[in-house]
Amino acid sequence: MEPRITGKVFVLGDNIDTDQIIPAEYLSYNPALPEERRQFGRLALSGVPLAQSGLPKGNCRFVQEGKFKTDYAVILGGKNFGCGSSREHAPLAIAEAGVKVVVAEFYARIFYRNSINGGYLVPLETPSRLVEQFSTGDEVEVDLAAPAITNRTTGKSFALSPLGQAGPIILAGGVFEYARKTGLLAR
Amino acid sequence: MAMTMTEKVLARHSGAKSVVAGDNVWVNVDVLMTHDICGPATIGIFEEEFGKNAKVFDPDKVVIVPDHYIFTADTKSHRNLEILRDFAKRHQIRYFYDADFVKGEGVPKPYLSAAQTAFKGVCHVALAENGHDRPGEVLIGTDSHTCTAGAFGEFATGVGNSDAAFVMGTGKLWLKVPATMRFDFVGPVPPYIMGKDLILHTIGLIGTDGATYRAMEFAGEALMSLNIDERMTLTNMAIEAGGKNGIIAPDALALAYVRGRTKKSFEPVFNDADASYFSRTTIDVSKLEPTVAQPHSPDKAATARSLKQVKIDRSYIGSCTGGKVTDFIAAACVLKGRTVKIDTYIVPATTSVDMALDAVKVEGQSLRQIFQAAGCKIGPASCAACLGGPADTFGRANAAINVISTTNRNFPGRMGSKEAGVFLASPLTVAATALTGHVTDPREYYSGAKAVGLVQ
Repeated sequence: MEPRITGKVFVLGDNIDTDQIIPAEYLSYNPALPEERRQFGRLALSGVPLAQSGLPKGNCRFVQEGKFKTDYAVILGGKNFGCGSSREHAPLAIAEAGVKVVVAEFYARIFYRNSINGGYLVPLETPSRLVEQFSTGDEVEVDLAAPAITNRTTGKSFALSPLGQAGPIILAGGVFEYARKTGLLAR
Repeated sequence: MAMTMTEKVLARHSGAKSVVAGDNVWVNVDVLMTHDICGPATIGIFEEEFGKNAKVFDPDKVVIVPDHYIFTADTKSHRNLEILRDFAKRHQIRYFYDADFVKGEGVPKPYLSAAQTAFKGVCHVALAENGHDRPGEVLIGTDSHTCTAGAFGEFATGVGNSDAAFVMGTGKLWLKVPATMRFDFVGPVPPYIMGKDLILHTIGLIGTDGATYRAMEFAGEALMSLNIDERMTLTNMAIEAGGKNGIIAPDALALAYVRGRTKKSFEPVFNDADASYFSRTTIDVSKLEPTVAQPHSPDKAATARSLKQVKIDRSYIGSCTGGKVTDFIAAACVLKGRTVKIDTYIVPATTSVDMALDAVKVEGQSLRQIFQAAGCKIGPASCAACLGGPADTFGRANAAINVISTTNRNFPGRMGSKEAGVFLASPLTVAATALTGHVTDPREYYSGAKAVGLVQ
């Protein structure tokens, strides 16, 4: 993982549940098959009601029609990001679309585990609410080491919460690598 | 060191004498459950990480329950069943409840009777009915509503595919011990109140993130006066408040239920008298009113009475939380001798609940007869439209309609179209609404002397 992620930010509100991240009708695609796994990038965040997609204005698609990758580098959300079902397809879809860092006030537990145990995303948390400080399309930089997020469009910088106990699993790249590193699994 | 039930189960399964909330522990898993939409990817990760010829940690502890996308013409869903069949065969999985009637193309013809199929239906109810939910154990499943099994005093939680693949290969999972939020339900249960009202009220109090990372323990004489179906309605929806697990101390009723379904021995655990809780909340059930969660969040609680002006296009009674025998008895009590005014879908959670529609009678008529006479559409056991699913799913909301449902989740798009509005309510309230076409307090149509879910 690059220590600094730069690019455009995609802003969402509170309680973005896994049905909004990847609607259930697409769960028959099997991520174990590369051609089907690709589809999740195309479909990422396609369940978000358009008015709430890409705040503050909304009506903004995360992935353009016909594309498999997003033009955005970072997702910024509010409270309880990833609530709802346990589908690992949710962080996987975001990662397939090309986003490796999500910043939110806090996460639903299973989404958080899936993000780090599957090695898809770095789920960073914000000590205060940032959703109103960013507009979709603003240029941002996320410094994973600090950790911090800077809005290059407005010039404002915000400290993010340390990764804490999950840090070693994120740095290892997921639960399997972590277990191998710590000797629980044979290499 | 005094512990809660949740702490005790995790201590015992991690080899520690005691644990406290916040500890990270590796636990030994008693049952790993997966189904048709997360199983194939879990198997993919398992084979990638452990090797194509690796063995599962224990073929008798991996339970595979196809239930989500069964009655659909979607070819990928059929293919996913084949992946499960191949895996179950290669690994000699003892408990594989195959939808064996799904063969070839098109929407499969359903089972004729529970006796003629290995298929069971919705995993969380099937696990309980078939003796896989046992007090004092650890049950991990690739479904967020795995927390349902906590109704039997065990630690049960949902995980993703990577965690499940890890368990499949090692039998272990790392978990952070959650602090317990305890909810005591007191007072007599009014006739018009059901388990669903208790949990919708509770989620309304604390919000969809009110129990994030925590255990929700349900207790109190009102709760314990309710039957197993009703208790499962509460533990099922712990996840809707963000809870890691829901748990209820097993009483004589719960122990007898489990002993009637498994020969395996188990060791129940109970709270220590001086266990410490994150919080304690007492809810007087006698003061509750029939409760509805409005779109698009399970915590947007309101009384059914206050939503009288809301027009509803469809009623739906089904799912792991709202498609059990007690749920259908409640609906039948309201619908008997009456005709529904809006489309009303009946989806039994499991094949055994489906058979109960014929066997169980309300005032001399079977549940099925009552529903048919009322004009309901009755489908076979499965998750069906609770989570939308493929476009041809029975009961799926394919347009911008208002649905009132006994299911557990109502975020945008949950039952299909993201323009649809889903209202969550008890089967009494959903059935009463089916008669009028607007949100209806069940007291207008149900005047029974006691709560439907009371232990007989």
